[in-house]
Amino acid sequence: MDTLTTYNYKVVRQFTVMTVVWGIVGMLVGVLIAAELVWPQINMDIPWLTFSRLRPLHTNAVIFAFGGSALFATSYYVVQRTCQTRLFSDKLAAFTFWGWTLVIVLAAVTLPMGITTSKEYAELEWPIDILITLVWVAYAIVFFGTIMKRRVKHIYVANWFYGAFILTVAVLHIVNSAAIPVSLFKSYSVYPGAIDAMVQWWYGHNAVGFFLTAGFLGMMYYFVPKQAGRPVYSYRLSVVHFWALISTYMWAGPHHLHYTALPDWAQSLGMVFSLILLAPSWGGMINGIMTLSGAWHKLRTDPILKFLIVSLSFYGMSTFEGPMMAIKTVNALSHYTDWTIGHVHSGALGWVAMVSIGSVYFLVPKLFGREQMYSVRLIDWHFWMSTIGVVLYIVAMWISGIMQGLMWRAVNDDGTLTYSFVESLEAMYPFYFVRFLGGALFLAGMLLMAYNVIKTVSGARPVNAPIPQTA
Amino acid sequence: MDLNTLRGITTALALIAFVGVWIWAWSSKRKSAFDDAANLPFADEEIDQLSKGVHHDRH
Repeated sequence: MDTLTTYNYKVVRQFTVMTVVWGIVGMLVGVLIAAELVWPQINMDIPWLTFSRLRPLHTNAVIFAFGGSALFATSYYVVQRTCQTRLFSDKLAAFTFWGWTLVIVLAAVTLPMGITTSKEYAELEWPIDILITLVWVAYAIVFFGTIMKRRVKHIYVANWFYGAFILTVAVLHIVNSAAIPVSLFKSYSVYPGAIDAMVQWWYGHNAVGFFLTAGFLGMMYYFVPKQAGRPVYSYRLSVVHFWALISTYMWAGPHHLHYTALPDWAQSLGMVFSLILLAPSWGGMINGIMTLSGAWHKLRTDPILKFLIVSLSFYGMSTFEGPMMAIKTVNALSHYTDWTIGHVHSGALGWVAMVSIGSVYFLVPKLFGREQMYSVRLIDWHFWMSTIGVVLYIVAMWISGIMQGLMWRAVNDDGTLTYSFVESLEAMYPFYFVRFLGGALFLAGMLLMAYNVIKTVSGARPVNAPIPQTA
Repeated sequence: MDLNTLRGITTALALIAFVGVWIWAWSSKRKSAFDDAANLPFADEEIDQLSKGVHHDRH
């Protein structure tokens, strides 16, 4: 069939397969550095394998390679299907795939070499930042160009969330990456002191809010209704959800800088907006989960739906925990402890990874002309391995983090510290092992997924579905 | 103008915008348009059946 009458599934297929691949790579690095915290000698004194260099590789791989591929794949699929038109440009779409792949490869080379801006989640040096900008502009043109040539009247709510994610990430990336290069591999931020810290966490928190939240909410608003076989619980609520969420997230960044050189009023502003964020976050979660009302029985038999709905439960949990941790007095206990790591992973593994996994299981058979995945039972196995893995991980980090916070702040009557740092480190040991187990279990689930995907696509012919001509 | 007056006005405008979104979303005039939009994920469902049909012989 020619390109006028079919959807562009090719780029969706490429990104979908790479979602699984990068998921395994990123999580493997995560498990490796979790093991290094338990058994430090396994870095074998090789600089490239030290925690300090592999940690940014892990975060970049899971957020931008795994999460990014899932967002590219699903947004390209959803925007075509709900606008009933082919992507605006096949060439630009192909450029986004190969460009993004190159960014990931460059990250995998430079980060272990120790080439870094040292800005969290924005570690890549300036030449790679420029490439990211080019890819992102192409992405925006393809996405919004497709919306402009839609053959239906309305812009479906999922596209609003994807659109906000694409626009905001462009702004965040360009502003936070502004730097003065001194050589090919080294640059310095244009912002001074506390302003640099504020710009960094305005970027960092909105990377959470727009990359890891708005984009994946777009996924939720398409794949949950599709898999449940009924429209979203309340479209009206989704409209309020969208505007409330995007206008609130922008201001919550300062909660990463409580009790620092940042002006007090900015810290309080960040805390208040973080607390307000609970409302739109839970509004969206309830909207997604209630989509199942009247069809709860499907949850018993459909593991894809289990992934999607449980991801929303984790989303609700971590968006309750987040505002709580943003309260200054709670933050005084939780900041710089493992509690933060636990919180991030309940969002990243529980919400982002699980909603992506559910969506990939939905997509793969459709993109390769199969009725369903090779084995539904293996999806069920994957679901339970993921869920148990996440729970082990976050419970270990809760206990370890709160214990750390309490030990660090304990003082004797004469004002001296009750515990040395090494004593708190010793107390964390068993929980670091439990965290390693949880992560390894989650990774094993991903390997099961890879097997299931390979079995599903092998022998299958790629499909490019026809665009309905009657609309 | 005093900076605090400006802050007050900004807060009031934000509140009005927020209430405005609720009123707009819940107005009965929007209902049928929202119902149409909510059904967009299902509007092109027959093509899934089609592409499955095409490849059925390969299973």
